[in-house]
Amino acid sequence: MQIPCPLCGPRDIREFTYKGHATYLDRPAEDAAPEAWHAYLHLRDNPAGATRDLWYHGAGCTAWLVVERDTATHAVTGARLAREVKHAG
Amino acid sequence: MADLIARSPAQGLVPVEIGGAKLTEAPMVPIWAVAPYAGKAAALSAALEKAHGLPFPEPGALLSKGSTRLAWAGMEMAFLMGTAPDEKLADHAALTEQSDGWTHLVLEGPAARDVLARWVPVDLSPSACPPGAARRTLVGHMGALILHPGGDRFEILVFRSMAGTAVHEMTRAMRAVAARAAL
Repeated sequence: MQIPCPLCGPRDIREFTYKGHATYLDRPAEDAAPEAWHAYLHLRDNPAGATRDLWYHGAGCTAWLVVERDTATHAVTGARLAREVKHAG
Repeated sequence: MADLIARSPAQGLVPVEIGGAKLTEAPMVPIWAVAPYAGKAAALSAALEKAHGLPFPEPGALLSKGSTRLAWAGMEMAFLMGTAPDEKLADHAALTEQSDGWTHLVLEGPAARDVLARWVPVDLSPSACPPGAARRTLVGHMGALILHPGGDRFEILVFRSMAGTAVHEMTRAMRAVAARAAL
């Protein structure tokens, strides 16, 4: 499996560490309702198909990436810098 | 006061020459991490060009001018090698000296690519890794910065504490590649 790092190009999976679903980018406000924090911390979908998750390119450029992949086919269809995704809203 | 003896990281471990590959240690030179502050990337690149004749490198690039080199070393990070940074750079970037933090090995010879292919998970063939390339990747389980100035020369930088492991792993791969070539 390879991940197409936007900075480094296609790189082997062993250079990356998995974090979890890209939900982690949408941190609730400090004073958000407990339900919002519960959802942020614990509630995840389990899709058979397209998903987006965070990977850390720790053995490469050290960027956090949002990787788009398909859980059914194992295809990796894209990766963007998490910072850009976050700032794009 | 104690009289300290200077020792390079791989002193006594190299040179190693097996088959078509030779492993040596590069002379120790100043190495400085140059990391632009937020929003200062363009100003830093201009200041670098003015002071050292080299712009901030694109991802994966190794630039050189005379004995000064500037290698891309990760997101928003470059290593200035061979000289100390001009003090004006401090207006735009965090400057950190790392000179004695790195083991700087040189692997060269016609078998160098085959040797590295045993440990490194990136494509170092000439089409994927042209002269003037810098690759932040792994050597076995060690984080490394690999520089390819050209020809069949590769420079491998790993943390200083990894010198013994790096030489051991490269030596094993050199022996294996030579053994296969002799079949």
